[in-house]
Amino acid sequence: MADKTQISVNFSSVPVIFLLTLVSLPLVLMYTYLFVDTISNSEAGSLIPNELTLEHWRFLWEIRPGKASIWLVTLNTFIFAASITAVILIVSSMAGYVLSRLNVPARGLLLAGVMVLHAFPSVTLIISIFIVLQYVGLYNSLIGVILVKAAIDMPLGIWLMKGFYDTVPWEIEMAGLVDGASRFTVWRRLVLPQIKPAIMALGLFSFLTGWSEFILPQVLAPGAQVQVLSVYLASLIADDNNFDFATFKAVGVFYVVPVLILYVFFQKHLMNIYGGGTKG
Amino acid sequence: MRILLDKFSKSFGSTKVIEAMDLEVGSGEMLALLGPSGCGKSTTLFAICGIHRPTAGRILFGDRDVTNLPSQERNVGVVFQSYALYPHMTVEENIGFPLTVRRLPASDIKRRVAEISALVHIDNLLGRRPSQLSGGQQQRVALARALIRRPDVLLLDEPLANLDAKLRLEMRSEIRRLQKETGITAILVTHDQVEAMSMCDRIAIMKEGEIVQIATPSEMYNDPRSAFVAGFLGNPPISFLKGKALGGAFVSDDGNFRLPLGSLRDIGDGRALTLGIRPEHFGPDGDLAIEGKVVFAETQGRENLYDVVLADGSVLRSIQPVRDDVKLGDCVRWNLSSEAAFVFAEDGRRL
Repeated sequence: MADKTQISVNFSSVPVIFLLTLVSLPLVLMYTYLFVDTISNSEAGSLIPNELTLEHWRFLWEIRPGKASIWLVTLNTFIFAASITAVILIVSSMAGYVLSRLNVPARGLLLAGVMVLHAFPSVTLIISIFIVLQYVGLYNSLIGVILVKAAIDMPLGIWLMKGFYDTVPWEIEMAGLVDGASRFTVWRRLVLPQIKPAIMALGLFSFLTGWSEFILPQVLAPGAQVQVLSVYLASLIADDNNFDFATFKAVGVFYVVPVLILYVFFQKHLMNIYGGGTKG
Repeated sequence: MRILLDKFSKSFGSTKVIEAMDLEVGSGEMLALLGPSGCGKSTTLFAICGIHRPTAGRILFGDRDVTNLPSQERNVGVVFQSYALYPHMTVEENIGFPLTVRRLPASDIKRRVAEISALVHIDNLLGRRPSQLSGGQQQRVALARALIRRPDVLLLDEPLANLDAKLRLEMRSEIRRLQKETGITAILVTHDQVEAMSMCDRIAIMKEGEIVQIATPSEMYNDPRSAFVAGFLGNPPISFLKGKALGGAFVSDDGNFRLPLGSLRDIGDGRALTLGIRPEHFGPDGDLAIEGKVVFAETQGRENLYDVVLADGSVLRSIQPVRDDVKLGDCVRWNLSSEAAFVFAEDGRRL
């Protein structure tokens, strides 16, 4: 009896799985060919590759004419993503705490203001930001675009952190104060460890958005020395003289691999953003 | 160390919680702040440990005015109702935390943690995290953390509320033992009169932000100042009869029974009164007979508890050694000891 229901439960999901497989098949095909095309050549119009080759991956060890080295670009991307992660983590973990716990004048207004900022699509601000950066001399520099990207992503981080801090019991803080710790020590040693999962999640999230950011670096830091991968990728396809679709795909694969690795290892932590941030 | 609250007031926004409260706790004494929830006892406690700043008045530890000192400089140990252990630290780190933030050398911390954890019998649990401990063990860790830096004052905020009945009994005597052994001045906040009576030297009963009476447990039990105090202490609780004075006797409102009481001699006729009678003063022994019907009977093993409805509908409780001859619905004629009855005026004041 119990076995029978067990079986029927298992089989009840079969049609769903079948349907999902069917629907996602085109996606799987596209990803497969994204990879297959980078290591093979095929006749025009044919789907079957006729030779294996590594020539599309040449960009890894050759510098293409008029382009920066892929390794410099990768390093730039890494610096870009890591710096905005650091800035966002440091600022939001402190700002979230202040907004959650301290008696700040006009706290409601601040929170609402931060939310409004989050509602602005960054594209609407891009011209004014361009002018500002030009004016202060940070145009075409990594620092400039890092600051802009971090500032635009900050509201989400602050709200998220505030939500997590709200779930930490007051008693822990009271106990810390009575035990003789300063407010900063209480935050650093007692409260921050309670929201470690949130820090982890926000950090990953920021890194991934930084890694995939295109429009801000494209507009604010297009120079060859400060290019990031997304801009490099776009410049490949925009270059009509050396049009090479297979290399474009290879760079695409190269670009997405770190993201995949991060997802594989930290999927669980990323889910925290959706699971815990809305509590209390 | 002596604690003195001098005209202490606290309000949150426009809500006045406590107004001009005076309270003195002697050195080495354990005092209970007892009262129903929302009477301001926790607020008082948090003001003493420096988490709430008083709106007015002074707080003195010994002769030192600590009113404006932050918690960190007050040297108080607090045990919170929820224990407030730090979940990410081991028991050892939890207990040692007050010393760690003072940057004591690690070897000293280790030694003192070992000492104090032996005192509260948790020296075998030092490597665990709070989530791996039972309620009673967490309680002991919280106590050890409060005691480790030898505070001037120990504050306990409903420390036994989250324990099961048996552990509560055990921790009650355990906390009292520790307090006596360390000779520390302690304040216990509780809403449980049994805890207050069994653990403390003196009890301060609070109601709506005011201290109604301060006395030793037995004084308070035998000589309550008001009907509120009498009703709060004692388990099973005291029962009250409404009536009025007439010719030196207490007469029920419908005139069905009359109790001549010596203590009513000076009270004018017709004055509304409330009579308080503890369950142990109503039973086979006594000098004033009252008739009634048993409507509730409960066996507690050693004793039986009866509710008796009188002719006018009011209820008297009686607690007696176990007997089998009285059943639910029986009419009984039991006696009051008139000496032990408390007489309260209409506003609850004891006469």
